[in-house]
Amino acid sequence: MYPAKFDYVAPSSLDEALRLLSESGGEAKLIAGGHSLLPMMKLRLAQPATLIDIRKIPGLNEIRVDAGGLTIGALVTQAQIASSPEVARALPMLSEAAEKVGDLQVRNKGTIGGSLAHSDPAGDLPAVFLAADGEVIARGASGERTIRATDFFVDILTTALEENEILTQIRFPALAPRTGTAYAKFDHPASHYALTGVAAAVTVGDGGSIHQARVAVTGVGVKAYRAEGVEQALTGRGGDALQAAAERAADGVDCNDDIHASAEYRAHLARVFTRRALATALERAQA
Amino acid sequence: MKISMTVNGKQYEHDVEPRLLLVHYIRDVLQLTGTHVGCDTSQCGACTVIMDGAAVKACTILAVQADAAQIETIEGLATNGELHPIQRGFWEEHGLQCGFCTPGMIMTTVDLLKNNPAPSEEEIRKGIEGNLCRCTGYQNIVKAIQYAAREMSGTRA
Ligand SMILES: Cc1cc2nc3c(=O)[nH]c(=O)nc-3n(C[C@H](O)[C@H](O)[C@H](O)COP(=O)(O)OP(=O)(O)OC[C@H]3O[C@@H](n4cnc5c(N)ncnc54)[C@H](O)[C@@H]3O)c2cc1C
Ligand code: FES
Ligand code: FES
Repeated sequence: MYPAKFDYVAPSSLDEALRLLSESGGEAKLIAGGHSLLPMMKLRLAQPATLIDIRKIPGLNEIRVDAGGLTIGALVTQAQIASSPEVARALPMLSEAAEKVGDLQVRNKGTIGGSLAHSDPAGDLPAVFLAADGEVIARGASGERTIRATDFFVDILTTALEENEILTQIRFPALAPRTGTAYAKFDHPASHYALTGVAAAVTVGDGGSIHQARVAVTGVGVKAYRAEGVEQALTGRGGDALQAAAERAADGVDCNDDIHASAEYRAHLARVFTRRALATALERAQA
Repeated sequence: MKISMTVNGKQYEHDVEPRLLLVHYIRDVLQLTGTHVGCDTSQCGACTVIMDGAAVKACTILAVQADAAQIETIEGLATNGELHPIQRGFWEEHGLQCGFCTPGMIMTTVDLLKNNPAPSEEEIRKGIEGNLCRCTGYQNIVKAIQYAAREMSGTRA
């Protein structure tokens, strides 16, 4: 399968890439790892006139940890994240999710920037980004802006990024003391995409009860979402509240229904995997 | 568009269309047909090659994206007619039947063993998750990789 014809450019600076992007009048697409975009182009679901390869832009492939948290460049691959001891220490659910993406070869190519910018309804990293309450830095012709995770995913394959913006960095704030995180996934056995993936971050207070919980679900609806009903049902409660809280994981969500799984089954998976992710996160918070 | 890359230690330069896939560049332009195309949809791993040290699916990479890269294919593994230990493992442990998946399995194993020279059975099975085999049932592929891991670490048992 061949994609439709296109021009290819590989600029060596962010400014050049931004210039090419705005000159294209919406006809160009950025390409990073290409492992979401190329399959779509081969199926002719996407037919950009120009591909702007951003992998030669310097400064976008670092992982940094400081007191404020974890900062990851848009071009860092899922494999780099999965094998980074710093990430494993700073945000265990991110390591776990990156390690569960696709397979070894996919992880060697797929980038965190591409994973978020693509907003695949079955992508793993969007759930972690939401549960960590992260933010992205986007560069456009008129400068830089920050977009919070809660504002980022708009719809299926649609984010708050403008057509002529490039996502450069992803920030995950440092976890509060006594916070545990976990990612639980039920993947499709052939593609390894998530039928359901749940990221959970749980902070316990002095008395051992849950001070705050953030839970995000992917694979179930048109985009990854925060399960607010679950979060509210946990605040101020103990571990005995998990089961009932997890029951609310798909409340108000129009669940995907396709050849891989019915809407009803997906809602069921969301509840089960929310309970599992929460149980592990809570255990880690208490450890 | 002009590209140049090193494949199995040899430098190549060609003028290619941007939409040419790396796997077709390797097979049709360089005539290295050991790298296979199975699914053409990034699922089966038959097209796996090593690009700048990492196993990748060449059906989901443009040849132009591999400009200036170092590529290794199955043809580059044996040295002076002597099979690479991973190839020997597949031979000794009967790790193939039709052989269609084998080049991809072997190239994935190169990456797997580089990062984890002594993988457990579970780690091997997870490592080759992106490679499908329709013949063997994987059992002997796992044994072949275990054989290679032993040989390569010099602890042949
Ligand atoms: C067989 C297979 C299995 C997979 N399984 C999983 C899985 O289990 N879980 C999972 O999460 N993913 C999975 N994926 C998807 C894979 O992880 C993709 O690589 C990833 O989602 C996209 O990253 P990329 O770098 O390849 O992006 P690309 O394909 O290069 O780009 C995707 C989109 O994002 C845009 N984009 C990329 N980078 C930027 C940027 N910096 N700024 C603005 N826009 C940008 C592009 O223009 C494009 O629209 C799978 C893919 C394959 C082929
Ligand atoms: S041919 Fe590339 S993964 Fe199947
Ligand atoms: S040996 Fe036939 S597909 Fe693996």
